[in-house]
Amino acid sequence: MSPRPADVEVGTELPEQTSRVTRADLVRYAGASGDFNVIHWNERVAREVGLPGVIAHGMLTAGLAVRAVTAWAGDPGAVVDYQVRFSRPVVVPDDELGAELTVRGRVAALLEGDRVRIDLTVTSGGEKVLSLARAVVALG
Amino acid sequence: MTLDAGLVGRSYPPSAVYEVGREKIAEFATALADPDPVYRDPAAARAAGHPDVIAPPTFAIVLSLGAADVVVEDPDVGLDYSRVVHGEQRFTHHRPIRAGDRLVATATIDAVKTVAGNDMLTTRVDLATEDGEPVCTTRSMLVARGTA
Repeated sequence: MSPRPADVEVGTELPEQTSRVTRADLVRYAGASGDFNVIHWNERVAREVGLPGVIAHGMLTAGLAVRAVTAWAGDPGAVVDYQVRFSRPVVVPDDELGAELTVRGRVAALLEGDRVRIDLTVTSGGEKVLSLARAVVALG
Repeated sequence: MTLDAGLVGRSYPPSAVYEVGREKIAEFATALADPDPVYRDPAAARAAGHPDVIAPPTFAIVLSLGAADVVVEDPDVGLDYSRVVHGEQRFTHHRPIRAGDRLVATATIDAVKTVAGNDMLTTRVDLATEDGEPVCTTRSMLVARGTA
């Protein structure tokens, strides 16, 4: 069920979402997206270019984060705008647990035409990995 | 090297047609561990008011990544790709991308700037049906670290 515009106000919080990202998830996302950049699957190359290890695709992080919005909105087609700024890489260790992502969201503004702006806070290991993550949802 | 401000506004020829397939959408949704039936089940998508299964909000990256290659490979741009990281990404949906769409991507250089020795290049990709209906506009900002 989509939220009704009358029930939404600035400060309304979205259900918190947590997900895990393993090396296998990176391989799957590489294939699905066509982004085969080596730093997302090869530890040796990732370290050679100065990274702490294999890192998640920024767009995988962004794609997982916006699920908190689509689940709340009820219809993914209601997301009319989505923007992210990448601030810190999500390092994915070579183990079964991988990295954890936590997504919190709140309604930050009511816009014209029954649209609302959702601001997301996306963290991994307690650190913000997106310095900006913002979606506009058309309600009703 | 510092990016040339005169590149702003440069547009590239439209891509070949990309036909959006149901299986590709399902594969992308699975890679995001998203079980939503509107990505897989045409009946569920129709119940939600869509003519066919729709794509997740970030699916357009599949098309825009490829379309933006023409910019990165433009010798006048001269971006050192080995030093490039993805800085920002934005999707503006004019309507959801859906299975059966036959989309054409057109890349344009939206902005160039240099901040603290880093070159920043923003490429806009306009996705439209082959009949010209606007579907999605993506903006990708790439940062080339320490190249300016």
